[in-house]
Amino acid sequence: MGQPLLEINNLQTHFNTERGRVTAVDGISFSVEKGEILGVVGESGCGKSVTAQSILRLFDEKYTASYDGEIKLQGEDLLKLSKANMEKIRGNEVSMIFQDPLSSLNPVFTIGFQLTETIRIHQKHTKQEAYQMAIELLRMTGIPSPEKRIDEYPHQLSGGMRQRVMIAMALACKPKLLIADEPTTALDVTIQAQILDLILELNEELGMAVVFITHDLGVVAEICTRVVVMYLGQVVEEANVEDLFTNPLHPYTKGLMKSIPQIEGNRSEKLNVIGGTVPALTDIPKGCRFATRCEYANDLCKEKAPDLQLHEGHHKVRCWHYADIARKEAVEHAIPTS
Amino acid sequence: MNAVEVNANPKRVKHDLKRQERALWLRRFFSNKWMVTGSIIIVLLLLLAILGPKLTPYDPYKMVVKERLEAPSAHHLLGTDNFGRDLLTRIIYGAKVSMWVGFASALLSSIIGLAIGLTASYFRYLDNILMRICDGLLAFPAILFAIALMAVLGAKTENVIIALTIVFSPEVARIVRSRALVVREETYIEAIRSQGASAARIIWKHIAPNTISPLLVKATFVFSEAVIVEATLSFLGAGVPAPDPSWGNILSDGKDVIYTGWWMTVFPAAFIILSVLGLNLLGDGLRDLIDPQSTSK
Amino acid sequence: MYFYILKRILSLVPVLFVVSIVAFLLIYLTPGDPVSVMLGQEASAEQIEALREQMGFNDPLYIQYFHWLLGVVQGNLGDSYFMHMPVATAIVEHLGPTLSIAVFAEIIAIIIALPVGILAAKHRGSLMDQFVMGFTLTGMAIPSFIFGLILMLVLGVKLGWLPVAGYQPLSSGFWNYLQYLLMPGLALGIIQSALIARMTRSSMLEVLNADFIKTARSKGVKERSIIYVHALRNALLPIITVVGQTFGLLLAGAVVIETIFNIPGIGQLVLNSIQSRDYAVIQGVILMVAFFYVLINLVIDLLYMLIDPRVGY
Repeated sequence: MGQPLLEINNLQTHFNTERGRVTAVDGISFSVEKGEILGVVGESGCGKSVTAQSILRLFDEKYTASYDGEIKLQGEDLLKLSKANMEKIRGNEVSMIFQDPLSSLNPVFTIGFQLTETIRIHQKHTKQEAYQMAIELLRMTGIPSPEKRIDEYPHQLSGGMRQRVMIAMALACKPKLLIADEPTTALDVTIQAQILDLILELNEELGMAVVFITHDLGVVAEICTRVVVMYLGQVVEEANVEDLFTNPLHPYTKGLMKSIPQIEGNRSEKLNVIGGTVPALTDIPKGCRFATRCEYANDLCKEKAPDLQLHEGHHKVRCWHYADIARKEAVEHAIPTS
Repeated sequence: MNAVEVNANPKRVKHDLKRQERALWLRRFFSNKWMVTGSIIIVLLLLLAILGPKLTPYDPYKMVVKERLEAPSAHHLLGTDNFGRDLLTRIIYGAKVSMWVGFASALLSSIIGLAIGLTASYFRYLDNILMRICDGLLAFPAILFAIALMAVLGAKTENVIIALTIVFSPEVARIVRSRALVVREETYIEAIRSQGASAARIIWKHIAPNTISPLLVKATFVFSEAVIVEATLSFLGAGVPAPDPSWGNILSDGKDVIYTGWWMTVFPAAFIILSVLGLNLLGDGLRDLIDPQSTSK
Repeated sequence: MYFYILKRILSLVPVLFVVSIVAFLLIYLTPGDPVSVMLGQEASAEQIEALREQMGFNDPLYIQYFHWLLGVVQGNLGDSYFMHMPVATAIVEHLGPTLSIAVFAEIIAIIIALPVGILAAKHRGSLMDQFVMGFTLTGMAIPSFIFGLILMLVLGVKLGWLPVAGYQPLSSGFWNYLQYLLMPGLALGIIQSALIARMTRSSMLEVLNADFIKTARSKGVKERSIIYVHALRNALLPIITVVGQTFGLLLAGAVVIETIFNIPGIGQLVLNSIQSRDYAVIQGVILMVAFFYVLINLVIDLLYMLIDPRVGY
């Protein structure tokens, strides 16, 4: 298979808070192949956004955050890079788009300024050249009359337009990897679909890999090739999209699946929401982190944390009982209850 | 099991909750060391103002010509002033005046500001008029406005309180109004109104209590500003009239002898700074206590 | 946009109206009859009555107010009973030193406050940040006139570095002018900088937490330009507001502090007028300062439009 584009090994992200040191991401490992779209899924607070931002080391390392483990981009460990070299990676090799395009764009600068800034940081171009490139980028991301839009301010654009600008900015230097942190959450449903289409299109045309962070399994099914499911700072399941949807193994993944509202099919089935709340990071359970909310949890789960183990093929899961549960469910399905 | 026992007695639940809440507040109070420092400073100054006059053996008014401008010594701890009066005694009596003027102005402007703020927030047709008046009054810088008022009223301690109340009430009114407007928009107020509660009842029973916290914070800062303005007025000779001692007019006497009697400048200055610092620390702390999110740290 | 400017200017009318009423009432409520003060003690009752009638003191209050207002709008602030000159002239004659001190102090305050506040925000929680917070806390607890006295005691009396008191106009040479301004300017400016530094710090902190800072970082923007380009431009709005709103305070502070340093500015004019019960002068001064305040706030609001493209829409 060769060297993956991005390989994360045992990443930990710690924060210094008033209540002491907190580990928001605790031993994450996964990899991203060239040109693929990897989904990272989980409830809010599971550490998926922190993971995304850790890849680019966006947290303040002087006072608040520190990292452990490895983040290898084409074999080079980003965590070992100097500040200046890290700045050369950001927006150039790896770029990022965020949840709320309005607050993510600087309100006091024009679209043009923010676009050309990215171009001119990483490439040697005159102002005029960069300006022309910026117009092209806007056109590529589907913004009508980009010559006019380029001199406008973020507040003059609609939500969908703003996200297109963000994407244009992220694409400015043709990065190998785009990290999309819930890019459609703040948008209307129709706009959401348009933005997803745009990302898919760019992924195919430019061969750019995407790490797509979301809490929405529906979106994952639509665009991703592989999925990582996260819970409380850890990976609990990893699989190809088909495997995950046809055969979810972890009780948490099953819970997430059931909480997707079904439009077709059995309406009488109650919308299932996983009971309980995510424990605070200051109060992480000793054993399996999901044990406090898991219906299958027993003493073993409460005492000892399971490892991420290979089920078959590329399907991995972090659960003591996944095999038993699968067997039990198979039996239940065989004897239909009336 | 414990929970079942507690649930059996709802009264006790409430009591326990209250106790827990109080414990939480106390813990937050003591964990804010700056606020504790501020409180200690203020309590000590208040004690000095109240008990001090009974402890000092000197008369703050009696002039002893041959003891003029003595440097600090065991006999006169902080030295004597240019009329031979014990400086510490003058400062203690000055503390009484300054604390009294500051406290009274804070209290009066809180009451007036509360009344104006609540009225403006509830009766929208008055809002515009009252707030424009406040805007107009706030266009005068506090110290200059106070000086002008004192020029008209005449230099007298009670007049200082009146002038400061006029100067600071509009600030309080704005704070109260903005808080009251937020409360007013909440659904439960609408519900109560639809049940036919009178305006006066809604204002006093439901809106006013919600404005107390920001009011308290503001009152603390008004207190500290009032101490500054009073000192300034008295320093300029437009505040507490001589021979009554106040920190400001001691400084004013001290300025005339700044070449020969540094202690007459340094000590009253230190007391003014200390009291303002104490009040500001207390005010900052109160603000953090009431609204932990507004913490600017 | 022009509509916004017009609207903003019109909104000043009620404020100025209230300001004028307060200033007018201030004199009206003054104890003692200005007419008998003007004519002296020997004046007969008829003479007093005649002058009252002539000066319009017998008219209804609102007529008197409008007469007075008409004069004020034309720049006529009345006459000083004591100095025998128009109040406006007296104010203009004393304005130079006071404005010099205030502007000088503001410059000092901004030069200190901006870097200090930005550094504290950048190194939030560090030793330097705590030091800056300590400085702002102390600075805000020291009335500027007291700091002036302390500076006078240390720099003037004990060390003899600067002249203890007095004033030289700019026409006497720049250094002469500056050395007399230095102490009052420093006293006022350093104290003022505490407030602005604190505001700068909290404003920067808030902006540095904004999403668009994360975007800038993710684009590879250097830390320096994140702070000085992306953050500062946004943080400037509240800072400018504070600078403007406190300029009135600074002016008032200058009025007080110049009495310490025997500088013949507005402060001395006011104090002399209080002693001689020359109320028209006091009225003129506070009217002028309030007008300044309102005007500066207008300018700031218009400045906003240059800095923040969202304003004015």
